[in-house]
Amino acid sequence: MDYFFVILIEILYSIASLVLIGAGLAIIFGMMKVINLAHGEFMMLGGYVTITSVNYGINIFLSILIIAPATVGLIGLVVERLVIRNLYSRLVDTMLATWGLSLFFIGVVTMIFGNTTTGISTPIPGFSIGTYQVGGYNIFIIMISAFLLISAYFILKKTRAGLIARGSMQSAEIASALGYSPDRVYMMTFFCGSALTGLAGAVLAPLVGLVPSSGGAYIAKAFITVIAGGPSLVVGLVSSASLFGIVNQLFTFLYSPVVGEVALLVAAVILLRLLPRGITGSFFKDRL
Amino acid sequence: MAGSFSRDVIATIGLTVVVIWILPYVISTFTITVLIVYGLLGLSLGLVWGYGGILCFGQAVFFGIGAYTYAISAINIGESTLPMLLSIIVPSLFAALLGAMMFYGRLTDVYLGVITLVVTLIFYRFINSTAGPHYKIGNAQLGGFNGIPGFQTLNIPGQPSSYIWGDGYFYFCAVVLAIVYLGVSILLRSDFGRIIVGIRENETRMSLLGYDVRARKTILFAIGGGIAGLSGALFANWGEIVTPSVFSLGQSAEIILWCIVGGLGTRFGPILGAAGLSYLKFLLGQQSFVDNTLITGLILVFFVLFLPKGIVPTIVNVWDLKFGRLLSDRFQKPRRNRKLRLNG
Repeated sequence: MDYFFVILIEILYSIASLVLIGAGLAIIFGMMKVINLAHGEFMMLGGYVTITSVNYGINIFLSILIIAPATVGLIGLVVERLVIRNLYSRLVDTMLATWGLSLFFIGVVTMIFGNTTTGISTPIPGFSIGTYQVGGYNIFIIMISAFLLISAYFILKKTRAGLIARGSMQSAEIASALGYSPDRVYMMTFFCGSALTGLAGAVLAPLVGLVPSSGGAYIAKAFITVIAGGPSLVVGLVSSASLFGIVNQLFTFLYSPVVGEVALLVAAVILLRLLPRGITGSFFKDRL
Repeated sequence: MAGSFSRDVIATIGLTVVVIWILPYVISTFTITVLIVYGLLGLSLGLVWGYGGILCFGQAVFFGIGAYTYAISAINIGESTLPMLLSIIVPSLFAALLGAMMFYGRLTDVYLGVITLVVTLIFYRFINSTAGPHYKIGNAQLGGFNGIPGFQTLNIPGQPSSYIWGDGYFYFCAVVLAIVYLGVSILLRSDFGRIIVGIRENETRMSLLGYDVRARKTILFAIGGGIAGLSGALFANWGEIVTPSVFSLGQSAEIILWCIVGGLGTRFGPILGAAGLSYLKFLLGQQSFVDNTLITGLILVFFVLFLPKGIVPTIVNVWDLKFGRLLSDRFQKPRRNRKLRLNG
């Protein structure tokens, strides 16, 4: 029974981290049809911002929940104004330009922090279920992603800003005819997406040793989760994260973490072959 | 595809001779060899992406499979002729399988990108985790992160002890690149090549005209995979070791960068981009003031924003504006049209 709970928490944690990793990308891709290949580096930047501010003596939760998202959001804003704005509706070109940006950020961080592993310890102690030890921080991550999903759903569904965002997502022309500048909507969307990405990187930072190139570990997973999720933002993200999280953890328990990782990737290839429009392209249509 | 084929042959031979004679005075042959190998790799994606319109984020997979196939079979066979052939055949078969899976599933741009990226990652993870002694194929240990060292390098066919190395190997690579380049030229001139370019321009129209788009894309993908595999084998011979880094995302990114910078839709552009950028990287690697990756990233962003066509097409354009009209007035009328097709 205890073992069952441990597995359950592990699976939930795996899903939650996929949701976190994918959320920023999902917003940017879902709203703007821009694939941000610098996504992993935005996460990496979030992590570095957290570690730096913790080292300067700022409270860790303050750094994770406020400083990192704000900083990365601002970086995202600059990137949007300088580069991405010029490339809207050129999907492949944005992918390539953001790939270039990702390399640029890796270079910058390497020059500032050096090519060494940095890290901080997790701020929440673990606890035990029966004879098993469970990381308390994992629970924190599960709660954060649940909170993110619910608030994203409510903001998009219930608020005026969410309405405008959804409107421009459906038809940018009509939204602009009604007086909402798509340029500003896109700018805000990119800011929010980047801030979320920074948050994700910050939240995951205490769990991993950060190196300048650690963004590469996230980008593929984020990419897969979002694309396999399909057109619906929240439902797509949850469904694909659940599917991949379960596959990953099952194979990790049965064999090894490497097999779990490979199983996730293989599952993604098979899924995309069977449902090329993503999960929500075929099921749960027209949900948010 | 401006000009006649014979002019192409003469230009290729001329350029090869220049490279073989003059470049060694400027750069060491050891360095040029790897530039040529990368040029071949760039050409493989230049063919698949620039002419077929298939943006493959995982061209490094075929490069890596080629390198590993060569290393493993060279250890088991102890002679290099058959491994060289295998390192073309195996990646090309794998590319055919992967391509068939994707193209018959009618996957396009983003999804294609994701799948090729994921396949790269699978290989990278898998090969990295094969450190244990039970991961072996025949006599060859896969070696995980450390890779496979100490395999039989290139030798004169049938004589395993007379190695081709140093300057000889440099000549060999240059000639291989020239031959493949001519092969690609012939391919693009054939009906198949024209149909492929047609598919790039408008896939629906080509399939409505009755061409089997899926089969042709698969074949093109397999050819690209074979060329990439060959360059992988040449790379393995050059470095005398293969490591999992041949499968890395960075490697894939670089190949795409070469094509963008050199120019898509040209044969020479990706080769020039590959050789030029790799040499730049080599030079930058000798200083520690600015990080290498940073420069690479800036170059990529700069080219996408300001020179999205790449160097070679831009030069051809400028040349056309300045001299093209003059020449075509003097010699032959239809020349300009053909030039336009090259740039398109």
